[in-house]
Amino acid sequence: MRIKHDSSAVNSDMIRRPIQRWAPLFLVPMVAAFLIGFVWPFFHGLFLSFCKFKTTSNWEWVGISNYEKALQDQSFMYSFGFTAVFAVVSLVLINVFAFAVAYALTQKIRGANLFRTVFFMPNLIGGIVLGYIWSMIFDGFLGYYQTSILMDKEWGFWGLIILTCWQQIGYMMIIYIAGLQAVPEDMLEAAKIDGANGWQTLFKVTIPNVMPSITICTFLSLTNGFKLFDQNLALTGGYPFEINPDASVVRTTEMLALNIYNTFYGQNTASRGVAQAKAVLFFILVATLAIAQLTATRKKEVQQ
Amino acid sequence: MKKLFAILMALVMVLSFAACGQEEAPETPENPSEGNDEPAATGSVYWLNFKPESDEALKEIAALYTAETGVEVKIETAASGTYSETLTAEMDKSNAPTIFVVSPNGVPTWGEYCLDLAGTPIEAELATDAYNVYDEEGKLVSIGYCYECYGIIVNNALLNEAGHDVSEITNFETLKAVVEDITANKDTLGFSAFTSAGMDGSSSWRFTGHLINLEYVHEFRDDPEAWGNGAYGPATLTGAYMDNFRNLFDLMLVNSTTDRKELANGGFDAAAEFANGEAAFYCNGNWEYQGLLDKGMNAEDLYMIPYYSGIEGEEKAGLNCGTENYWAINGTASEEDIQATMDFLVWLVTDPEASEMAVTTFGVMPYKSAAESTNRFLAQANAYLADGCYNFAWVTNYQPNVDDYRAVAVAAINAYNADPTDANWATVVTAFIDGWATQYALANG
Repeated sequence: MRIKHDSSAVNSDMIRRPIQRWAPLFLVPMVAAFLIGFVWPFFHGLFLSFCKFKTTSNWEWVGISNYEKALQDQSFMYSFGFTAVFAVVSLVLINVFAFAVAYALTQKIRGANLFRTVFFMPNLIGGIVLGYIWSMIFDGFLGYYQTSILMDKEWGFWGLIILTCWQQIGYMMIIYIAGLQAVPEDMLEAAKIDGANGWQTLFKVTIPNVMPSITICTFLSLTNGFKLFDQNLALTGGYPFEINPDASVVRTTEMLALNIYNTFYGQNTASRGVAQAKAVLFFILVATLAIAQLTATRKKEVQQ
Repeated sequence: MKKLFAILMALVMVLSFAACGQEEAPETPENPSEGNDEPAATGSVYWLNFKPESDEALKEIAALYTAETGVEVKIETAASGTYSETLTAEMDKSNAPTIFVVSPNGVPTWGEYCLDLAGTPIEAELATDAYNVYDEEGKLVSIGYCYECYGIIVNNALLNEAGHDVSEITNFETLKAVVEDITANKDTLGFSAFTSAGMDGSSSWRFTGHLINLEYVHEFRDDPEAWGNGAYGPATLTGAYMDNFRNLFDLMLVNSTTDRKELANGGFDAAAEFANGEAAFYCNGNWEYQGLLDKGMNAEDLYMIPYYSGIEGEEKAGLNCGTENYWAINGTASEEDIQATMDFLVWLVTDPEASEMAVTTFGVMPYKSAAESTNRFLAQANAYLADGCYNFAWVTNYQPNVDDYRAVAVAAINAYNADPTDANWATVVTAFIDGWATQYALANG
């Protein structure tokens, strides 16, 4: 490529040099944070999944036996099933409601900005706090029927769904609003002139145009669903348990992340490596799903 | 100007990262004690405390020690039920705890980190070796720093109001008669027999950890060999006394301030109910003593009676005396820190002011020069023993994978409370008895 020597060009020396000189200043903190907070723990964790350890600095190599144990662990498999159902249900509900709310709030209604703010606010509360607050709300209601969210598996599931929806709809709504506002006015006008009714406009013009938002939102809600931990820990903690006659236990509302946590801390220290192996499997699972889902929805995006 | 701003921002970011990695700098004392013959200590002490209720008192003691000697003493307290998590995380840090708690069932995990306390100055201060914990090779892993007792706390003033007295209660039959009489006259009396038995984390241990000891301890008395004469737990339990456990537990659940169906939610404050005179009986231990006095109760109204559950010969039962509080010193710490820690512990059990503060929060400390206990419950525990009653040893300490084991028991109890049928009780038995075998196999497999 030919380098322009015009001083106003983007790649001119006058602009490029200061950027080059100062780039490390902006890059280093971020890269350092990423390396320290993500890359290093990730590889350390990967390594530990092949070890038996008590504290992370005191390990003994055991090869793949942790993975064998993790895959034979029925509670892990149960959690996987439970989490998968949860992720799908929450994915659908969050996105349908978020889109509906966003659609309503991009119509010209009074107080739309206030509503947007209010709907977004649950996102600002931490998961543990939310879990405990909602457990009080649910138990206040269920106490009337002399039961508790900790005693009914169905309620535990739907409680988690309600909580997650309440928390995440606002966030996804903001993304959808941004997408909806970017739908070109002339297309909508053309549709109107061609005599398309409201539903036709929505499905043939609006939705194809907000596909990028849909991609992001489904990606976020799917991975959030699989990764859910704080809310699960605080709201149900895995209760109720089904106790089999042989004293083996199914924690009926335990999701994958909580299962890993409980394996790591609840049982003896010999199972810490197993928990680590589960965490690696968990990463592979979430990453695969996310990539598959991204590629699938990307194909449906239209270029404006 | 913009450049300056950018540099500033970048600096702030870098510095904030640096700050993250830095621990609080130890406060240097302004006036290091002068004229002290001992060489100035350079190490520091970090005590990872096990007892949330003692957190405040320990911090006062630590401040006192720092003021006297200039040695930094850091007290951190793990939240209730999360000691193993906190210890795991803390032991990985460069400034790991120098004092932590290792009870007998923690030896397989933490034993190798512990300094051999045999022949150390703190061991020399012990008044008894009854609370010493050894590993398989005979290393002295940890030593008891306080012992405690639990049972059923009684507000005798309320019993008198109901026309009874604590001296009437000598076995399950008499306990049941008093309790059921109170329940029958609940509306006129204005109080219930038992406080709530909340099943959340702040309260469930009173039953899944303490009350259940009546099952374990009688099995232990029947077959001490299986329990290594009290040195370890067996691989399996017989469950022979679960009906007795049910007798007493049912009594507590039925004749209570709270509908048993609400117990799973938790959020109840049994100590407050008891101190406010809403209930005459309260299942807990001597560590509540100071708190109850602080809440305005009269010392002479307070009694603690054994877990009477209908077991033959229980007229001769005593309280549950023992400990799960054992000091271990981190053998992987630096020599200066170990020395500082040793000095601190010796000071704690010999200094009159410090040991009095410690005894107030811990109840009683088995050390030669420690202050005398003023705890009425412990005095009653000793009175039972002096009367020739048998002690309920704390064999509950051997619960395998204790957190998981108890979590399962709580789930079973919740189901039983929701629907108190025999079938649901059978699940409770499964959780406690078969659950022991399952967790034992996991922990030792």
